[in-house]
Amino acid sequence: MRIGDYKVSYAADEAVFRSGTVRFWLGALFVGLAVFPFLAGDYLLYMANLTGIAIVAAVGLNILTGAAGQISLGHAAFVGIGAYTAALLITRLGLPFLLCLPLAGLSAAFFGVIVGAPSMRMKGLYLCIATLAAQVIFEYVFKNWDGLTGGIRGINVPPPSILGFSLNNEFRFYFVTAPVVIIVVTAARNLFRTRVGRAFIAIRDRDFSAELMGISLFRYKLYAFALSSFLAGVAGCLWVNFIKIVTPEHFPLHESIRYLAMIIVGGLGSVLGSIFGAIFMTIVPEVLKSALNLVSAVSPKAMAFLSPLQTVVFGLLIVVFLVFEPHGLAEMWRRVKNYFRLWPFEH
Amino acid sequence: MSLLAVEDLSLSFGGLRVLSEVSLEAAQGQILAIIGPNGAGKTSILNCIGGFYRPQHGRILFEGRDITRLSPDRRAALGLARTFQNIALYRGMTVLDNIKLGAHAHLRTGLLGGLMYWGPAQREEMALRQEVEEEIIDFLEIESIRKLPVAALAYGLQKRVELARALAMRPRVLLMDEPVAGMNAEETEDMARFILDIKEERGLTVVLIEHDMNVIMDISDYVVVVNFGQKIAEGAPDQVQAHPEVIKAYLGQKRAGA
Repeated sequence: MRIGDYKVSYAADEAVFRSGTVRFWLGALFVGLAVFPFLAGDYLLYMANLTGIAIVAAVGLNILTGAAGQISLGHAAFVGIGAYTAALLITRLGLPFLLCLPLAGLSAAFFGVIVGAPSMRMKGLYLCIATLAAQVIFEYVFKNWDGLTGGIRGINVPPPSILGFSLNNEFRFYFVTAPVVIIVVTAARNLFRTRVGRAFIAIRDRDFSAELMGISLFRYKLYAFALSSFLAGVAGCLWVNFIKIVTPEHFPLHESIRYLAMIIVGGLGSVLGSIFGAIFMTIVPEVLKSALNLVSAVSPKAMAFLSPLQTVVFGLLIVVFLVFEPHGLAEMWRRVKNYFRLWPFEH
Repeated sequence: MSLLAVEDLSLSFGGLRVLSEVSLEAAQGQILAIIGPNGAGKTSILNCIGGFYRPQHGRILFEGRDITRLSPDRRAALGLARTFQNIALYRGMTVLDNIKLGAHAHLRTGLLGGLMYWGPAQREEMALRQEVEEEIIDFLEIESIRKLPVAALAYGLQKRVELARALAMRPRVLLMDEPVAGMNAEETEDMARFILDIKEERGLTVVLIEHDMNVIMDISDYVVVVNFGQKIAEGAPDQVQAHPEVIKAYLGQKRAGA
């Protein structure tokens, strides 16, 4: 049991993982992540990859919306831009997969900055509508620029490979997704230990006083848009290489809303919250689906009746979470952690 | 030469004249108080100096340099810090992060450096933490609350954290909008002492707005009185207190024969 939490240097107090106990559990998590693919079946690995990709995108949106307070309804479109960029670079130019990851990110970041530019003049709901317009415009382009995007048929992508080693199944792709997720999460967490991350939160909490503190609102809002859409683009590149096809149907408005739901359920402005939210929004529908399959195995007629119920239950779960834990899963995690810190001798 | 000078400042919003030809000067290491009835234009003067409002007429000089057209963030980098009447802390952050944010303009870490948190970025953060702890948190006696979110603090403490954040900006001039408003006697006394210490130990120039006359009389070196957007009197505190225009503005005029 820990009896205290003492630091003798500022560096020790500024560390993300502050105590031996925490570092032990972090190590255990890494071991778990490394062992997981050898134990899990194809289906679980498929879900793990999708979850990892969702985490990358959610971390991006949480930087923009959760931390910097700029609500975006166009996140899926940026994931789409990353996916299309990667698909085009691979099929037309034959660029290697690993090179496409940053390039897809940069391409999405470029469009992110253009969409974010009006944020200097618009706030809140107005900006929200501007990003909604971006979502609609990009969706339209994906669908109708046949020469570039292949229209509604989309683009097929060959299985990616790294140095001749093909990533043609869920197991192999996991070893790309997991490191990318770890790098992205680490980088995002680091950002909030420096002046850039603090500036984002200052803009969210009080933009006028942030400006009087010496923060250039325009520059930092654009940073937030660029970074957020960069990560969306990286997620899109992972996604298209994993699924091996990209069509306009993959990036509709409700996908953007799903990303918003992830960061709200997980915890706004929290990197950990993005992870929890992405896991929740990816895994829970699948769990509900398997539960439904179990029930319908017993009584086949129930299927027709219960199938819509699945969506209702999922929606209810989100509402229940928001009512009982408005600060998201990250806050719930913090409370559980605090409880166990002194367990079993809490007094 | 004065450190901060405001010359013939005029400001109007549409047809509403908020300030007309207000001039004032603050010398290095001086506490300048701006007083006046509610709605006289005191906060507008601070907002013009800070760059939040653009005056239609007049100049603002900082160390002899014309800063009237500079953006607020550039002025902050030059050494103008501000605290607000209705506390403008960042509620989602801890006390420590709020204070660190004040140093924003003096830090160099960029987007990529921040993402990697390696080498220069980390050294900069550590130096900042040390500066904040040893120069500011220790000075303002807020060690015990530094890890708390500001939303959890009592009003008087929030005001103190706001002062801490302003000090982290390494200012030459501190603009304070009603630093003791709403405080109890003990908190007021603490804050007045801190303001005096800031002036005496750090040689800062303080421009403050306040309604608490006891504080004004005790700590300010020079007082400017404004009413209806115009400067009606100025001078040492005791001179101003006896000035007929000031008494008129504050107490109203005696009717003839009453």
